[in-house]
Amino acid sequence: MTGHPFRDVAIVAAHNTRQARVLDGHTAFSITLAAARGVLAEATVPAAEVDAVFGKQAAELIYALGIGPVWNANTAGGIAGVLQAAALVATGLARTVLLADGGAGLYTERAATAPWTRPSNEFVAPFGLYTAAEFALIARRHMELYGTTPEQLAEVAATIRNNGHVNPEAVYHGRGPYTPADILASRMIAEPFRLLDCATTSEGGCALLITTAERAADLPCTPVYILGGGLDSFGPAYRHAPSWDLTGGRDGARGDIPNGYVGRRAARQAFTTAGIGREQVDVLELYDPFSFEVIRQFEALEFCGEGEGGDFVMDGRIGPDGPFPITTDGGLMSYSHGGGIVQLTQRVARGVHQLQKRCRSRQVPDAKVALCTNGGAGALFTDVILLGSERP
Amino acid sequence: MTARERAPAAAGERPAESTLLRPQRPGIPLPSPTAVSEPFWNGCAAGQLRYQRCAACDEAAFDPVWACRRCGADRMQWQVSAGLGEIYSHTIVWRPQTPAFTTPYAVVIVTFDEGFRLLTNLVGGTVADVRAGLRVRVSFHQVGGGIAVPYVTPAEEDKEAT
Repeated sequence: MTGHPFRDVAIVAAHNTRQARVLDGHTAFSITLAAARGVLAEATVPAAEVDAVFGKQAAELIYALGIGPVWNANTAGGIAGVLQAAALVATGLARTVLLADGGAGLYTERAATAPWTRPSNEFVAPFGLYTAAEFALIARRHMELYGTTPEQLAEVAATIRNNGHVNPEAVYHGRGPYTPADILASRMIAEPFRLLDCATTSEGGCALLITTAERAADLPCTPVYILGGGLDSFGPAYRHAPSWDLTGGRDGARGDIPNGYVGRRAARQAFTTAGIGREQVDVLELYDPFSFEVIRQFEALEFCGEGEGGDFVMDGRIGPDGPFPITTDGGLMSYSHGGGIVQLTQRVARGVHQLQKRCRSRQVPDAKVALCTNGGAGALFTDVILLGSERP
Repeated sequence: MTARERAPAAAGERPAESTLLRPQRPGIPLPSPTAVSEPFWNGCAAGQLRYQRCAACDEAAFDPVWACRRCGADRMQWQVSAGLGEIYSHTIVWRPQTPAFTTPYAVVIVTFDEGFRLLTNLVGGTVADVRAGLRVRVSFHQVGGGIAVPYVTPAEEDKEAT
């Protein structure tokens, strides 16, 4: 193969439905369908043109849209879906790929944490584990190793929540502004995480449309290109003890990258394929289930040295006017977190909107390269994608 | 920020350092042993902390595996741990997974002296006792249905040393 593997692939549209704490009358499927129809309308692509579908409910979507027979990816969205969809288009196995997901009507028993955060596995459930505790065990280890402080975690949470505060489309629009002191004054959830260090829960849908660069030229959309990407996993989430220094274990495997730095291999792969350096990234749409995750990802993705992430996020460096603006819509903490898959896809959607220059708040001027992530070390995986406004 | 977000007590302080950490009441989610994990849970019911060791490469393993993750051999053998180890990482949970859990509770990852790790709860100490490196000893608690879960408590040897 000559040239870039995704040279002929374009993301032509990214569509979010309305997001809210609760979307009355919606189910996960109805909001997924709304997102799918929204992205097709935005791209002005007829549903009949779609020949592959990704999503947790892809089969239902194929039936509801009446577009069969088409390729059912049998896998969901997020960065994993986008990279696999791009591969389908690049190899000619599909021409126009729809990715759609949504969450609604899932979290009704508020005395417990959200159902998707509660594992049923025999080695974690009896000990009261849920995602906040899983990610806390990773954060605590980093604090022991490097002296990372609650104030540094609070800086991350305040930055992201303030991005949501000014975003008219965020579920928590207008809830702030927040200072780090506000984060530190919120009630304790799972040490070191306080309430405002944690993602919110809400409902909403998100869809992407990926097609050929040739087809994109006919559409009234600003195409966004996939410069590179990678997926890193150590195993199933929320089943095994989330240790910072967990390694694959097999002799000769990648023992130099522990779980604490999951995502590093994926990032190296992404930057190698893209042929660019980290200094060329204009905006980072980092996945933010918990504040510490951002500190970890800056180290894992080699934007700073090991143990330096706590200092790295200070002094406005990750703020809207800093050199590394993060999670510009408010992320899982403030924009939306529908559970399952949709919030994974929304990181990519925001990266697309940044490069299309259509963000209603916190638009990074002249953004040409966006890095998006999914996952986290409490979940033993981190996926990375690099998007560009110029064809690779 | 809303009233619901704010800490109930004095802002910024770690709550209730002296709170005693107790075993959970019946009603928490119980394990459903599988073919590979049944020997472990049978061990707990008998008061033994069992783990696997590879007869080919000597690697210790937990949770239970079908084959060695290090060398790939099919020669995992069950052994009995002396039940002593130290805290690797920890979190005090104040917002429970479900109302079945009494808060606060301490979730800890323990590195046992035989070289395997177990995720569990620390009981029999206070919130202030929970720290990385604390020596702990396994302690089994009946949770109903003939099932015992392995908790850890601060080890006696640690108290003598300090």
